[in-house]
Amino acid sequence: MAEKIKAKIMDSHKIKRAIQRMTTEIIERNRNLKNLVVVGIRTRGIYLGKRISKLIKELEKRDIPVGVLDITLYRDDFSESEAQHMVKKTEINFSVAKKDVLLVDDVLFTGRTIRAAMDSLIDLGRPKTIQLLVLIDRGHRELPIRADYVGKFLPTSKREVVQVQLKEIDKIDEVLITEPPGMK
Amino acid sequence: MAFKHKHLLGIQTLTSSEIITVLDTAESFYEISTREVKKVPTLRGKTIINLFFEPSTRTRSSFELAAKRLSADIVNFNQQASSSVKGESLKDTILNLEAMNPDAIVIRHSCSGVPYFTTTFCKSHIINAGDGSHEHPTQALLDAFTIRQEKKNFKDLKVTIVGDILHSRVARSNIFLLRKLGARVILVGPPPLLPLEFKNFGVDIDFNLDRALEGADVIMMLRIQLERQQKNYFPSIREYRNLYSLTEKRFQRAKKKAIIMHPGPINRGVEISADMADSAKSVILKQVENGIAVRMAVLYLLLGGKEREAFD
Repeated sequence: MAEKIKAKIMDSHKIKRAIQRMTTEIIERNRNLKNLVVVGIRTRGIYLGKRISKLIKELEKRDIPVGVLDITLYRDDFSESEAQHMVKKTEINFSVAKKDVLLVDDVLFTGRTIRAAMDSLIDLGRPKTIQLLVLIDRGHRELPIRADYVGKFLPTSKREVVQVQLKEIDKIDEVLITEPPGMK
Repeated sequence: MAFKHKHLLGIQTLTSSEIITVLDTAESFYEISTREVKKVPTLRGKTIINLFFEPSTRTRSSFELAAKRLSADIVNFNQQASSSVKGESLKDTILNLEAMNPDAIVIRHSCSGVPYFTTTFCKSHIINAGDGSHEHPTQALLDAFTIRQEKKNFKDLKVTIVGDILHSRVARSNIFLLRKLGARVILVGPPPLLPLEFKNFGVDIDFNLDRALEGADVIMMLRIQLERQQKNYFPSIREYRNLYSLTEKRFQRAKKKAIIMHPGPINRGVEISADMADSAKSVILKQVENGIAVRMAVLYLLLGGKEREAFD
């Protein structure tokens, strides 16, 4: 049973424009780009992070390292979910201590992923600042967390699912609102 | 692929994809031990009991560090200091520990089947850390993890296991695991320590080490377990050394990139010469290092998710 697609929110053009705008904002806010590092949250945050790093390189001729963060071990629902979540690797080959860390994820929803990501980052070292970038902010926060850079604010209902698809793994750039099967 | 077992009693009951799940998960845990802060909060609030009725340094401290790096609380219980020397029965000892509400019990015992027996009256997750000459599943998993680091693939790998096969739970767990993943296994040892019945496990048997080493990718040396031998299974240590010790000269028969493994503790100069144990081909200490990541993965997979019924 496939889920029902309710609307297409962004296409590849709109995603590209949003990333360009956010990158400009990052450059504007971080005058010391030398101190900036990008950490993408598995899975799609990695690819967004890489795109942003590449754009900064084009615009400012600066190499911004990109790390990969897996937050599974920091989840707060360890004993509640039906099966264990598969743990994947965290691959951050640079120190985050004293750095301005740009945390990147595709969708900001309850805020629990970001809480886990921040705890995990701080265990790796003490960053100077942590900033948050998301492609979609869909509301319904359960924790006091907000993003510094947002591609698009998208009001949703709780049972809807926001699907970000990226070329690097989904063969297409788009953002969809879907509804899981069996829901009315 | 989810891992649905409640207990880890042996390799025999695992499928090849479950084994791969453990190895893949361990891959992710490996990095944690390389961090400055070697700890994640995942098993916060869980209690694990290390219940060792047999001496152990590696396995016990490996489980202890694995639990601690996952933020679980772990209590060590060893036989010498316990009430079992005052005549308490095994079942009573375990029931008393169970009354302290642990989430998992890691058991080593000199009798085969004790971990299984424990599951018949215990609510906790039970992990077999070696039972008699039955199984030692986490050892086989860490061996597989180490082999995969060096060789990538198990298919058609030639693995030669040498020594006291009869008494070795490490050999049994490794045979089950390697066969499930498609490796070729050749067992070598003195005939009294290598019953022909092992052929039923789908392995080859040889009594000549030189022949069995021909073209091997992995050489697994086992310790002569003098504590398990009531009878004389071979005439003398010197004869055993002459026939079954891994020396530089013998090693030449294996593949150029062959690796040497040993579950420890090693008896230098008996089953393996000192220079072979310390050579660049030896991954013996790598095995110990990997043991922590593998045991972290096992604890994570067993204790994660909702409480589940046992189907082992």
